Amino acid sequence: MNVDFLFSLCGAIVVAAPAALLLLLGGSALVGKPFLEKSVSRLTQAAVVFGLLSAIVVLALMLSTDRRLVTLTMGDWIVLPQQHFHFTFKFIFDRLSVPFVILSFVLCGTTSAFASKYLHREAGYGRFFVLFAVFLLGMIVTSLAGTIETLFAGWELVGLSSALLVGFFHERSAPVKNGLRVWTVYRVADAAFLVATVLMHHLTSGGDFVRLVGSGPWPEGVALLTSNQALFIGLLLLVAAAGKSALAPFSGWLPRAMEGPTPSSAIFYGALSVHLGAFLLLRVSPLLERSVLLCVAVVALGLTSAVFGAVAARVQSDVKSALAFASLTQVGIIVVEIGCGLRYIALIHIIGHACLRTLQLLRAPTLLLDYRTLENAIGGRLPGAPTVWEQTIPERWRRRLYRFALERGFFDVLLADYIVRPFTRVFQWCDAAERRWTDFLAGEQSRESDALELSGRVAEELR
Amino acid sequence: MSELHLPWLEISIIAPIIGVLWLIRVRDPELAQRHSMFFSGVALACAVGAWLDFGTLHTFEAHDRWSFGWHTAHVEPFVIDELSAPLLPMAALLYFLTSVATLRTKVRRFSFGWMLLSEAILLATLSCRNPWGIITLLALGVVPPLWELHVRRRPVRVFALHMAVCLGMLALGWFMVARTAPGAHPPIWAIALLMVAVLIRSGIVPMHCWMTDLFEHATFGTALLFVTPMVGVYAAVRLLLPIAPDWALRSIALISLATAVYAAGMSLVQREARRFFCYLFLSHSSLVLVGLEIATPIGLTGALCLWISVGLALTGFGLTLRSIEARKGRLLLSEFHGLYEHTPALAAFFLITGLASIGFPGTIGFVGAELLIEGAVDVYPLVGLAVVLAGALNGIAVLQAYMRVFTGKRYFPSISLQSRGPERMAVLTLALLILGGGIFPQPGLTSRHHAADEIIKARRRGMGVAAPVAEQHAMRRFDHLPPSDTSADDHTPPLVPPLATAIDPRSP
Repeated sequence: MNVDFLFSLCGAIVVAAPAALLLLLGGSALVGKPFLEKSVSRLTQAAVVFGLLSAIVVLALMLSTDRRLVTLTMGDWIVLPQQHFHFTFKFIFDRLSVPFVILSFVLCGTTSAFASKYLHREAGYGRFFVLFAVFLLGMIVTSLAGTIETLFAGWELVGLSSALLVGFFHERSAPVKNGLRVWTVYRVADAAFLVATVLMHHLTSGGDFVRLVGSGPWPEGVALLTSNQALFIGLLLLVAAAGKSALAPFSGWLPRAMEGPTPSSAIFYGALSVHLGAFLLLRVSPLLERSVLLCVAVVALGLTSAVFGAVAARVQSDVKSALAFASLTQVGIIVVEIGCGLRYIALIHIIGHACLRTLQLLRAPTLLLDYRTLENAIGGRLPGAPTVWEQTIPERWRRRLYRFALERGFFDVLLADYIVRPFTRVFQWCDAAERRWTDFLAGEQSRESDALELSGRVAEELR
Repeated sequence: MSELHLPWLEISIIAPIIGVLWLIRVRDPELAQRHSMFFSGVALACAVGAWLDFGTLHTFEAHDRWSFGWHTAHVEPFVIDELSAPLLPMAALLYFLTSVATLRTKVRRFSFGWMLLSEAILLATLSCRNPWGIITLLALGVVPPLWELHVRRRPVRVFALHMAVCLGMLALGWFMVARTAPGAHPPIWAIALLMVAVLIRSGIVPMHCWMTDLFEHATFGTALLFVTPMVGVYAAVRLLLPIAPDWALRSIALISLATAVYAAGMSLVQREARRFFCYLFLSHSSLVLVGLEIATPIGLTGALCLWISVGLALTGFGLTLRSIEARKGRLLLSEFHGLYEHTPALAAFFLITGLASIGFPGTIGFVGAELLIEGAVDVYPLVGLAVVLAGALNGIAVLQAYMRVFTGKRYFPSISLQSRGPERMAVLTLALLILGGGIFPQPGLTSRHHAADEIIKARRRGMGVAAPVAEQHAMRRFDHLPPSDTSADDHTPPLVPPLATAIDPRSP
C-alpha cells in the first residue's frame, strides 16, 4: 500500500463519512422510516470518529512525508469540452484545510454527544441530527474545497442547515421568523458569492483555486489576476464572508440565531459557521496581496465589526446573545489579522476561539444555574466593580453608547426602514394595480382568494 | 430521417385519447382516477420508450416506425429530436404523477377525462415540428382549462381574452412569415406579432395576468398542468428562435429578465399559496426564456437544463402544495399553519422541490442555474447580476412559504393529515429525480448541450437563408463555434439542420 493510495483512501473517507451519515439519516426520514434515537446518536458518532481519524492520518502522513499539499480529484463533475467549461470536484489537504477539518470534526463530535443528551425525547431529535449531518457535510466540503464551486456547494449546505436550526423550535413564531431572517441575509451574501464564482469562471474558464490564488501551497500562492480583477472578486467574496460571519452591517442576525437549541448555537454561531467567512478570506488570501484597497476594506470591516461586537456584547441581557457578540468581536479581530497578512495567527486564533466559545456556550445553561445558586447563597446580587469605561466616559456619551448597543447599532432598523419596507410597499402597490386590472378585464371581482379569511395569527411582517 | 423501433410517439398520444373515450362511460370518480392512471401510465411508458429508443439511434431526429400519418397521408406529423426527447417523458410523468397524487377530496372536482385529453394534446405539441401544427395544437390546448372554468361557472374572460389574442397573433404572424418570398427576411411586423404571442403564452409581464387568474379560478391540478410544461417556451424555440433577428431576441431576454425579478418580488408579498406558486413559477419560466433568448451555447444549454429542472421541481412543489390544500383548503400565507408535525414527509418534499427550483447545490437545478448565469454574464454582465438577484429573491420566497405553511404554531387537526402512499410515491419519485439529476448531472447536460447546438445551427441556417448581410453581422457571437457540418465534436454525421428545415416555410 503506497502513500498516495493511503492519502486517497483517507481523504475520501473524510468526505464520505459525513455524506454517508446524511444519506442514512436523511434517506430514512424521507421514506418515513426514521432511526431510533440511540441509532441516530451512534451513527453520528461513528461518522465523526471515522472522519476525524482519517483526517488525523492524513495530517500524520503529510507531516511524515513533508508534503504540504495533497489534492484529491474526483474528476469533472460536469464538462462541456466544446465550450471549455467544466466543474471539477476537487478537495485539497493543506495547512489551512486540515486543521479546519479536524476542528470541525472535534467540535461536531463534542456537540453531537452533548445534543444526544440535551435533546433526549425532544420531538425534533431526528430533525436536529439530519440538519446536523447537512451542516457537518457542508463544513467538511467547504473546508476541503479545491474549487470555488465545491466551496459554494458546501457553503450553501451550511447556510441552509443554520437557518433551519435557528427555527428548530418551530411551534413558536419567533424562532421561525429569526430563521427566515438568517436565511435572507445568507441569500444576499450567497448572491455575492455566486457572482464571484461566475466571474471567476468567466475570467479563468474554471473555478479552480489554483487559477485564483496560484499553484503554491497555502499560504504561499500568488494570485494570477490583475489588481482590479482581484479587487472586484475580492470585494464580492468579502460581502459573502461578511454575511456568513455576521460582520457589520449583517450583524443583526447573530443574536437572533440564538433562538435555536443550545448545541446548534454553540456549533454554528459560536464556533464553526461564524468563522466560515474568515476561512473564506484565508483561502483566497493571495488575492488580498494583489490589491491594497482590498486589504484596507478587509481591515476596516474587521475593525468596525470588532468594535461594534465589543460594545453590543456589554448590554445584552441573556448569556447566549452576549456570547454571540463576544464571538463577533473575536471574528472581527481575526478578519483584521487576515487583512494585515497575519495568516497563521488568524488560523490559530480561529481554532482557539472556536474551542473556547463552544465550551462557553455549552456551559452557559448550567452557568446560569450556578449563578443563581451563588446569589441565593449570599442573599443578593454578585458584587461588581465599576469598569474603566464607566470611570472615563462622560455620562451623556455612555447613555448614547448604551442606546446604540442596545439597538444593536440600528442595523436592523435601518434595514427594515430603508430596504424591506420600501420593497414590500412597491410590490404591494403592484399587486393592487394587478387586482384593478384583472377586475377591469373580468368585469367583476377577479380574486377568489380575497374572500379567504384568516384563521389565526397574522404573520407580523404582513400586518 | 431515422426511424424509431416502434411507434412510440403515436401510441403515447393515442393512449390518453383512448382513455378519454373510455372514461366517458365511467361515472365513479375514484374508478376514473384509477383508469386514468393506467392510460397515463401507458403514455408515460411510451414516452420513456421513445426517449430511450431515440438515445440508441445516435441521430438528431427520428420518427415512428409504421407511422399512421405516413401510411395514410404521406406526412410525418410526429417527430422526436434532441430538444423534445426528454421533454416528452417529463410531460407524461407530470400528468401521471398528478393523477396518482390526487386525493379523494379532489377527485370529484378534478376531471380525469379532460386531464387525459390535455395530456394527449401536450404530447402531440411537443412531438410536432410543423409550425401550423404547433399553432393548432396550442389552440387546442387552451380548450380543457377553458371548459373547466366554464363548467365550474368561474370567470373566463381574462384567460380567454389573453389566449385569443395570443393565438390570433401567432396565426397572423406565422401567416406573414409563410408568405415571405424565399431569400427575403420575414417582415418586422410578423416577428413582432410572434414575439408578443410568445410573451403572452409564457406569461411575461405585463401580459401575465391570465396566469394568476387561472390559478385563482381553475382547479390547482389543471392550472399546474397547463403552465408547468412551458409550452410557450417551446413555441418560442420552434417558431421564433430560428428566424428572429438579434434585436428581437435581446428584447425578449430583457423583458423576461424584468419579469423574473418582478415575479420573484411579487411572490414575496402574496398572501395566498396559489398566487405565490404562480409568481414563483413565472419567475423561473422567465429565466428559462432569458437563457433561450441569449442564444449562446452556454446560455442555451443552461436554459434547456433549467427547463427540465424547473418543470420537475416546480411540479413537485405544486403537487405538494396541492396535497396540503386538499387537507386544509386554500392556504393563506399571511398566517402560520404549523403543519409540520402532521405532514413531515410533505414538508421535506416541499423544501427539496423548492430548493431544487432555486438551483440549490446537489439538486437538478444547480447546473442549469450556473450555466444560465454564466451565459448571461458572457453577453450582458448586468443581466447576469439580475438573474442572481431573481434567484436570491426566489430563495427567500421558498423558505418563507415553507415556514408559513409548516411552522409557526401548533395545529390540532380533528382528523389525521398524514400523507398517503400514492402521494408519497409521487413526490418521492420527483425527489429522486431531482436529487439524482443534481448528483449526476452530466448525461442530462450533454443531451441539453446537443439540443442547444442544434438550435443554434438551426438559427444560423435560418438566418443565413432569410437574413440579409447586415443581419449576418448580428450573428457574429456564434463565430467562435466550429462550422456545423465539420464540427469535430459532433456525435452524428452532418445533416441538414432539422429545426431549420421544419420552420422554414420555403422548405418542401
